[in-house]
Amino acid sequence: METDQYLDVFIEESKEHLQALNQHLLELEKQPEDLSLVNEIFRSAHTLKGMSATMGYQDLANLTHQMENVLDGIRNHQIKINPDILDVVFEAVDSLEEMVLDIESSGTGKKEVSELVRQLEAIEAGEAVLQTAAAVAEETETNNDTSGIALDEFELAVLRESEEKGYQNFYAKVTLREDCMLKAARVYMVFEVLESLGEIVKSNPDVSQLEDEAFDLSFEVLFVTQQSMDLIKEKILRVSEIDTVSIQDFFVDTYKEVQDTAPETKETPVPENEEKQQETTGEKKAQHNNKTIRVNIERLDILMNLFEELVIDRGRLEQIAEDVKHPELNETVERMARISGDLQSIVLTMRMVSIDQVFNRFPRMVRQLAKDLNKKIDLQIEGAETELDRTVIDEIGDPLVHLIRNSLDHGVETPEVRRKLGKPETGTIKLKAYHSGNHVFINISDDGAGINRKKVTEKAINNGLITKEQASIMTDNQVFGLIMESGFSTADTISDISGRGVGLDVVRNTIESLGGAITIDSEEGKGSTFSIELPLTLSIISVLLVEIQQEKYAVPLSSIIETAIISKSDVMHVHNQAVIDFRGRVVPLVSLKDVFQVPEVNEETDHYSVVIIKKGDKSAGLIVDGFIGQQEIVLKSLGNYLTDIFAISGATILGDGQVALIIDSNALIK
Amino acid sequence: MAEEIVQDVKVIVFQLKNEEYAVPVTQVGSIEKMEHITRVPNTENFIKGVINMRGIVTPIVDLRSRLGLEETPADENTRIIIVDLADTSIGLIVDAANDVVDIPVDKIEEAPQVIGAIDIDYIDGVVKLDDRLIILLDLRKVLKFHEIEQIKSIEN
Repeated sequence: METDQYLDVFIEESKEHLQALNQHLLELEKQPEDLSLVNEIFRSAHTLKGMSATMGYQDLANLTHQMENVLDGIRNHQIKINPDILDVVFEAVDSLEEMVLDIESSGTGKKEVSELVRQLEAIEAGEAVLQTAAAVAEETETNNDTSGIALDEFELAVLRESEEKGYQNFYAKVTLREDCMLKAARVYMVFEVLESLGEIVKSNPDVSQLEDEAFDLSFEVLFVTQQSMDLIKEKILRVSEIDTVSIQDFFVDTYKEVQDTAPETKETPVPENEEKQQETTGEKKAQHNNKTIRVNIERLDILMNLFEELVIDRGRLEQIAEDVKHPELNETVERMARISGDLQSIVLTMRMVSIDQVFNRFPRMVRQLAKDLNKKIDLQIEGAETELDRTVIDEIGDPLVHLIRNSLDHGVETPEVRRKLGKPETGTIKLKAYHSGNHVFINISDDGAGINRKKVTEKAINNGLITKEQASIMTDNQVFGLIMESGFSTADTISDISGRGVGLDVVRNTIESLGGAITIDSEEGKGSTFSIELPLTLSIISVLLVEIQQEKYAVPLSSIIETAIISKSDVMHVHNQAVIDFRGRVVPLVSLKDVFQVPEVNEETDHYSVVIIKKGDKSAGLIVDGFIGQQEIVLKSLGNYLTDIFAISGATILGDGQVALIIDSNALIK
Repeated sequence: MAEEIVQDVKVIVFQLKNEEYAVPVTQVGSIEKMEHITRVPNTENFIKGVINMRGIVTPIVDLRSRLGLEETPADENTRIIIVDLADTSIGLIVDAANDVVDIPVDKIEEAPQVIGAIDIDYIDGVVKLDDRLIILLDLRKVLKFHEIEQIKSIEN
């Protein structure tokens, strides 16, 4: 079968199902009694198995198949959920994820899963053996579980009668080969064989379901015969496309015993069926309501690129219209600008993805970390539906991982310590995302130990980051900001979790390179909060275009407080640093002409044009030669040949087709 | 086929201070006339800045400056050769570019070793063609790509 064209869909959907698996498993861990969750999980696993088998990924299918068996056992009350079982299932999901990722990166999706399969089998068999211990006595075949068949009184009577008359009751489990194309036909052939040798009392699933192929690969039958077990087995195996057949004796008494010890099994079939029906109707509803379509992200990127070109030309047109001063042209250009403005917001919202994409992997991570660190953590997520541009989403994952690890490792104390401090043993980490203005805020707060101001200042002084005098006048926020300076790490012991030589400075750099900011609030003993502020999009930003001699530069509007024109006589000097008194604050001045070594051509005036910029609560004044105006620009990278240019974060193409550089104002504030 | 075919390399030949240099045509994206270059501050001397090349911000290298020749103001012959290396487009400013030549591979000789010229590692070979001497450039080395890659590998 030609499957290439379905590969994208397969990968996409597999990921969705894996995500659903993870999510529901985590919920299940919290509420082990909730069988509707097991059903959800089972459904995801089942679909995944079907898809991977169709696509020919055997390992994937095998593992899901075995996982499904265990889940089936759980939902039929044959297996009781315990953390060990869940661990194995989680591990299985991890392996599945790896395989899917491998397939995505055009690998074969092959992975050694036999050990996991064996563990899952052990779980499945562990309980099954207990339940049918008596019946299994002489059998060595796998899956000796007869309780899948529920018998009513009449069927039991028939079986009992045949036992008394010297007939033998057999239970057979027939498994078809995975590549079997005509399942119903094979079932029919098996039934025909059995009918010729004896009489079928009951099958699971029932005959009509078997005819509809509403079963997986195996089915079970109870039948009465005078023939020997081996003969029957041999005859069934003659039917083609049969993988395995296991046959064992069936005793009514043993069956009853099992039923008595596990009374709930009798009840399960009924609610289960009901649930299935609900599920299917639910699914149909969902399909009706769903008015979205899947669009390849590449196409959206192409759309965005084309739109960027349009924005550049729009800028050019506006400039021409201004020069020509033709009323009709002006009007048309204005209209076009408005329409393209609307278009811009639509294109941008189309690329918005909910931050859930990033958040959804954290519960698993926190669970694992908490386990490794022997800590009890409750992760609360708020605002996962908050939307951000895809470009930001792609970048924000790693910094968040780092911060959460940090909170877990250094923030939240061990249960013993917490108990001594009179705190609840379980620590809480809150992850909260929300929109405000043109920005998205993400807060990570914990109720752990908080930051020890004294320890931080001591260490900063030791590392030469600040002097003692500076330390005494710094605000708490400034002190906490120190832990994100490069060359600072507060962990007393290096751990696997966050003390890997990469400090919080990396986090800060990443966030700042995204045009965002990070601040820390903390109260010792009560916990800390890391607040990240991010722009909604990275591809089109508003800037103030400025002139320095004959060169044009763009300053992102997000970092500008205001602009001012000041007389040269107002400039003062402190330690050789030019400063101005601006609204009661001392603001250092930075001459962009000097920083960027701009060749001088214009003569000096007695005024400075100054752009006041901010970074956190620090500010600085950038001296330029003139303000050109505010403009929406498309951010372009300088490529990988020109990297790490001081105080330049990128470039843009102006209306006249020339390139202007974008100033990274964060780098200019010390 | 029994007969051996002498393979040719197609190269673009350009001039720098009366000398002729060449790069393989496969590495060349286009040849452009001189246009406004936006200076990028705090970069190496030979990087003149960036231009807008059909929507892509493209860095420009002055090849004279890179090869240690004195820089001259641009005239109507000055060209920018856009080369594509490792997914990156880079423009090279040359005095003139007007020739595409087929060079038989077996005519390429190793660059003559000059005493005291240890720094020059960017010459791939020289070709004598009639009365012309053409110097083949190794663009990766000219553009210090290996240094960039080295830095990147250290960073990782």
